[in-house]
Amino acid sequence: MDLVTLSRLQFALTTVYHWLFVPLTLGMGWFVAFMQTRYYQTGDETWRKMSKFWGKLFLINFAIGVVTGIVQEFQFGMNWSEYSRYVGDIFGAPLAIEALLAFFMESTFLGIWVFGEGRVPQKVHLASIWLVAIGSNLSALWILLANGWMQHPVGYVINEVNGRAELVNFFALISNPRGWIFFWHTISDGVLMAAMVLIAVSGYHIFRKQNVDLFKRSFVIGSVVGLIAGVLVFLGGHTMGQYMYETQPMKFAAIEAHWETSQPADFSIITIGDLSGKREVWSWRMPAVLSFLACNNFDCKVTGVYDIQAEYEAAYGPGDYIPLMVVTYWTFRIMMTFGFIMMGITAYFVWANLRGDITKAKWMKWTPALLILPYLANASGWILTEMGRQPWIVQGLLKVQDAVSPNLTTVDLLISLIGYTVVYGSLAVAMVKLMLKYAKAGPDAAMHESVDVAPALVGADD
Amino acid sequence: MSYEFLQTLWFILIAVLWIGFFFLEGFDFGVGMLLPFLGKKDVERRAIINSIGSVWDGNEVWLLTAGGATFAAFPHWYATMFSGFYLALFLLLVGLILRGISFEYRSKDAAPAWRNRFDWMIAIGSFMSALLLGAAFANLARGVPINADMMFTGNLFTLLNPYGLLGGLTTVAIFLLHGANFLGLKLEGELRERVNTFAKKLWVVTTVLYIALGVFTYAAGFWARGIVNPGIVPIAAVAVLLVAGYFINRKMEGWSFIMVALNIVLTQVTFFSMTFPNVMLSTTNPAYSLTIYNASSSQYTLTVMSIVALIFVPIVLAYQGWTYYMFRKRISNDKKELVY
Repeated sequence: MDLVTLSRLQFALTTVYHWLFVPLTLGMGWFVAFMQTRYYQTGDETWRKMSKFWGKLFLINFAIGVVTGIVQEFQFGMNWSEYSRYVGDIFGAPLAIEALLAFFMESTFLGIWVFGEGRVPQKVHLASIWLVAIGSNLSALWILLANGWMQHPVGYVINEVNGRAELVNFFALISNPRGWIFFWHTISDGVLMAAMVLIAVSGYHIFRKQNVDLFKRSFVIGSVVGLIAGVLVFLGGHTMGQYMYETQPMKFAAIEAHWETSQPADFSIITIGDLSGKREVWSWRMPAVLSFLACNNFDCKVTGVYDIQAEYEAAYGPGDYIPLMVVTYWTFRIMMTFGFIMMGITAYFVWANLRGDITKAKWMKWTPALLILPYLANASGWILTEMGRQPWIVQGLLKVQDAVSPNLTTVDLLISLIGYTVVYGSLAVAMVKLMLKYAKAGPDAAMHESVDVAPALVGADD
Repeated sequence: MSYEFLQTLWFILIAVLWIGFFFLEGFDFGVGMLLPFLGKKDVERRAIINSIGSVWDGNEVWLLTAGGATFAAFPHWYATMFSGFYLALFLLLVGLILRGISFEYRSKDAAPAWRNRFDWMIAIGSFMSALLLGAAFANLARGVPINADMMFTGNLFTLLNPYGLLGGLTTVAIFLLHGANFLGLKLEGELRERVNTFAKKLWVVTTVLYIALGVFTYAAGFWARGIVNPGIVPIAAVAVLLVAGYFINRKMEGWSFIMVALNIVLTQVTFFSMTFPNVMLSTTNPAYSLTIYNASSSQYTLTVMSIVALIFVPIVLAYQGWTYYMFRKRISNDKKELVY
C-alpha cells in the first residue's frame, strides 16, 4: 500500500477508535452531575449510589478517551505535515484553545472529583463534576469548529506569497454554522449514547431483581432523556443535511446515491450499485422526499453526482471527485436506521412506564443488546462525514493526497499502524473487562474507590 | 503589537509551556519510574500512585497545550518536528498511553498479576517518555538535517547519536531525582525513609550525567548559536543541583525539591536561549533552519491567540495551583484513605 492509503487507514483507525469512547464521556458526565445534584438537594442515599455507580463506569470509559486523544492532537503534524503547514494558521488556533480552555478544565476537576470526596467541601465536589461535564463538551465544541472549517472553510484568504490559507476573521471561524450544528448533533448524540448505556445496564439488573429501585430510576431517566436527545440528534442531523446540500453538494448526493440531477428529487430507500460504486444497478425510491431533506419543500432541484463531477472538473481540473459511494450511502443508512430505532424504543419505554410497572416486563431481559445501536450509529456517522468529503481534506482547497507527510516511508507507517492496532486492541480488552465487571457488580462495589476494600463484591479473579 | 514582537512573545510562551510541563510532569515521570522499585507491598505502591493521582492528568495537559500552541503559532515548526521525529514521537505516545491508562486501571482489579502488569507499564511508559523527550530536546539543541523545503531528511537513527542519548539519559536521571524529592514531600513513615535514601544515590548519578551533558554541549560548540548568550543561567543550573545534594543529605525535603525544580527550569531556559531565534537548527545548511520568523503564523492569528492566552492562562494557573494547595497533605498507608 502507498503512503497516502496507509496514512488514511491509520487516521481512520485512531479516530473511529477514539470516537467509540468520547460520546459516552460527553453524555455520561451530565447524568452523573445531575444525580449528584439530586443527592445534594435531597440527601437521598439512592441518588448518591447512582452517581457513584454511573460515575465509576464514566471513569473507566473516560481514561481511554484521554490517552487516545493525545494521539489525535499529535498526528496532524506527524502524518499530515503538509496539511499542517497549509492550514496551521487557522486550524491550529481552535486546537490550542481546546487544550487551554477544555483539557485543563476537565482533567484538573476530574482529579478533584475523584480524589476530593471528603477532602473538599461538598459544594466544591459537586461543582467539580459539573465542570468536568462542561469541560469535555467544550472540548467537543472546539474540535468540531476546527472540523467544521474543513467541511466548510470560512474567514480565510489564500496568501499568494507563501501559498497557504490564512485566517482573516476569527469570528467567522468560531461562528461557522457548520461547526455549531455539528456540535448540536454531537452533544445530543453523546447524551443519547449515555442514555442507552443507562437503559442497557439498568435493564440487566432489573431483570435479575437487583437494586430494582435504583435501576428503575436510572432506566426511566435514560428513557426520557434518551427520547429527547434522540429527537435533538435527528433535528441536528436534518439541519446539517441542508447545510451540506448548500456547501457540500457532492457529499449530499453521494449519501443518497443521487446520480442524475432531478426536480423534485427521489429519496432512495435501497440502492444497489455496481462494484465500482459509481453506477446504479437497482433501486427502490420514494418520490420527492430527497427534495424535502435538502430544502424542506417537495420540489426543489437536487444536483446529481455526475453533474457535480463535471462541475468540479471544470473548476478544479481533471480528477475523481466522487467519494466512495458504497461507504457514504450505507453508513448513512445504518446511522439513520439505528437512530430511528433508538427513538422508537425510548418512546416505547416512556409509554410503558406510564402504563404500568416496567420492572416485570419480559423484554427487560433483552435491553443489554440495545448497546450495539449507539456504537454502530456513532462509528457510521464519523466515517460518513469524513469519507463524504473525499477527495478533499479541506473542502475545495486541499486534497488528501497532497496533505500527507512526504518524508515518511511505508515502513514508518507500517510500524506505527501495527503498533497502534496492538496497543489499542489491548486497551479495549482491559476496558471491556473492567466495564463488564463493574456494570455487573452493581452499586455496592462502586461505593468503594478500589476493589481492595470490597474484593468479595467485585471478585478478585473473575 | 508588531509582528516581530508577537513572534518573540509566542516563542517565550511556548518555552513557558515546556518549562511547566518538564517541571510538573517531570516528577510524575520520576514517580512512575520509581514505582515498582520503591513500593515493596501493594499498599505502598498504591500510596505512591495516589501521591500523583489527582494531578498527573492535569500536568500532562501542559504537553498538549505546548503541542497545540506550536501548531497555532508556528505551523512549520509543528509540521517539521512532528513529522521528522515520527517514530520517536510514536514511541512517546505509546509510553504516555501505557502509563496513563495504568494509573486509572491498576487498582480497579484485585488480582496481583493484573496490578503488577500495570505497575510495570507505568514504570516503562514513564521511562520511555522521559528518555524520548530528553533525546528529542538534545537533538533540537544539536541540530537535525533539514532541507531547503523545511523537511527533515533523517530517520530514527539520526536522533540516536551520542549527544541525543546522553540528553535522554540525563533527563531520565533528573526526573527520577525530581520524583524522589516529590515523594519525600508526599509520603510518610518507612516509605519516606526509603525514598530519601534513594534520593542520595540518585543525586550522585544525576550530577555526573548533568555535568557530562554540560561539558559535551560546550565542547561541541552547541553553545549560543542563536543571538542570545545563555551566560550565567547554565552555571546557576549546575550550582542549584550541587546545592540540592547538600539538602538531600540533610533530609531537608522542601529545599531539595525546590533546588532540583530550579535546575529543571534553568536547564530549559538555557535550552531556549541557546536556540533563539531558531526553533529548529538545520545541520544541512544553517540557512535552512526554521526560525520564529519563517515558521510562524500570520500576525492576525498571533494577535488573536495572544488575547486568548492573556485571558485564560492566568485562570488555568489559578485553579491548577489551587488543586495542589487542596491536596497538600501527605499520603498515608491506610487503605481506607487511598483512592486508586
